[in-house]
Amino acid sequence: MTSVAERPDPMSDPVSRHTPPAARRDLGWIGIPLVAAVGLAAYWLLPDDLALLTRIAASALFVLSLDLVLGYGGIATLGQAAMFGTGAYAAGIVAVNWINDPFAMLAAGGIAGGGIALATGALILHARGLTLLMLTIAVGQIVQEVANKARDWTGGSDGLSGIDPAPVLGLFRFDMFGRTSYLFALAVLVAGLLVARRIMRSPFGLACRGVREDPLRISAIGGSPKSYLVALYAVAGVFAGVAGALTAVTSGIVGLDSAGFPWSAEALVMLVLGGTGRLYGAVIGTAAFMGIHHILAASDPFHWMGFIGLFLIGIVLFLPGGIASGLERLGGLLRRKEDRA
Amino acid sequence: METMFGIAVDGVAYGMILFIISVGLSVTLGLMRVVNLAHGAFAMVGGYVASYAAQTAGLSYGLALVVAVALTVLATLPLERLLYRRIYGSANELAQVLLTIGLTFVIVAGINYLFGPTLKRIPLPEMLTGTVELGPKAIPTHRAFVIAAGAATLLGLWWLLERTDFGIRLRAAVDDPAMAAALGIRTERLYLATFALGTGLAALGGVLGAELLPLEPYYAIRYIVLFLAVVAVGGAGSIFGSAAAALALGIVDTAGKYLIPNFGEFFFYAALILILFRWPHGFFKGRAA
Repeated sequence: MTSVAERPDPMSDPVSRHTPPAARRDLGWIGIPLVAAVGLAAYWLLPDDLALLTRIAASALFVLSLDLVLGYGGIATLGQAAMFGTGAYAAGIVAVNWINDPFAMLAAGGIAGGGIALATGALILHARGLTLLMLTIAVGQIVQEVANKARDWTGGSDGLSGIDPAPVLGLFRFDMFGRTSYLFALAVLVAGLLVARRIMRSPFGLACRGVREDPLRISAIGGSPKSYLVALYAVAGVFAGVAGALTAVTSGIVGLDSAGFPWSAEALVMLVLGGTGRLYGAVIGTAAFMGIHHILAASDPFHWMGFIGLFLIGIVLFLPGGIASGLERLGGLLRRKEDRA
Repeated sequence: METMFGIAVDGVAYGMILFIISVGLSVTLGLMRVVNLAHGAFAMVGGYVASYAAQTAGLSYGLALVVAVALTVLATLPLERLLYRRIYGSANELAQVLLTIGLTFVIVAGINYLFGPTLKRIPLPEMLTGTVELGPKAIPTHRAFVIAAGAATLLGLWWLLERTDFGIRLRAAVDDPAMAAALGIRTERLYLATFALGTGLAALGGVLGAELLPLEPYYAIRYIVLFLAVVAVGGAGSIFGSAAAALALGIVDTAGKYLIPNFGEFFFYAALILILFRWPHGFFKGRAA
């Protein structure tokens, strides 16, 4: 049971075996500026869809947090939305009752998400497999239930509304066209990607990957797999909390579904579409998922479910590394052709 | 006292439905080590087929039940061959979760396409609509029928696994698949048969439980967490564990709804966390299968 989230089959990812580490590092380095550039280009090219783009950016940050847990820590979870929802509600409650500066809201969300991840992670991360899946689901359900019952603070099933964030840095007001919202969300996403990349390349990140690969060996060389996982879970909780807060800032409303089981499952789907363990795979997957959703769900939400279901089955059967691995494989093929030429 | 009796009857009936559906999941998880999130979708398919057979085709309740179970098993057997066989084994957990979620989505979309998004009913025959006098108390016949069906399923499964050749092979394969195969047990056929058994039980539970877990396209997603909870608490592959866990969860959930309607769910999941924290392999995990 050590290999919960390992790529099921080493053959599925030929590029990572054959490409020298330097080439992979190059690709990873390009990823973040590319996200920023494409994000800015989308700002000019799709001025009518800024609301959708904002949601994509905020969700991508959430999926990124799941990538930290699953792609780097190998923790299979269906309850990541617990941290997202906690962060969103914390930011919303802070904004409604005390202080509505957007950065303060993000900080509140991050602290709340990280706190709940630390507390629950310490409680549940000794488990594995189905038990762990159930525990993460149960944590999500409890968060949702608490949010549902604490009507005075959260608005219960009506959702928490009336969040009116102050201008960013006191300069840029959140306008009705969503321009500020989008640029703010994009900036936070890029910052999140940079921080996540830094963390994952630190000794701590390497140790977490070691735990994913072989927990026994990590404990043999004197590390404690569980404490690494709990720390990673908490770090990812901070990211998820910030993502939730970002949604609260940009949409001005927090609903019960932000902590629900379907949102966790959707995030997992997005991550796997994009590819785990790459950070930018989270961005690709989210953009692909929500973009297609936007187009297809306009006609009938059930068509959308059928499509995404077939897509998921196809990914698992034919492209286990996700879209990003497909791109890398394509890149590998092209490179090999160049070498031959 | 009246309330306590009501809770007991409703809770046990609800628990029996949970048991019938979840035990199939438990057996496939114990043998093939596959976390089948589409199990709820199979139960839903069974319910819809029965509803169609009874309402549109005009079959009797018993016949509709048989048709539903048979058709569901027939429809899902190719899935075992084409999809599930590739993801057996505990190393593939993420692939299992994704593939079965994808399958669930496809089934939900298909059911909605065929039957529409409205609630479907399976009309009960006269025989099951009244009440049964049980000493001084009267309980609804349908509840009594469900409880009896659950008990019969429990006994039947016990007999199948403990007293038949098939059961011996199955238990051998659960304990050590490689060794079982080496001894000449055809594990692939065994997997197919077990998968059919699990799906059939799911369909049976979906039909019998249509009064308690209403049939609508999101059924597959709404209740799968419950079924998984039963398996996690009962321990994968354990029949009596599943039964005890299903009854306990059914009674806790029903009692929560009767007595503390505002915090029912909360206590359900809090109890789940505490149980799994203390017994990560399931509260009732004894011997496998």
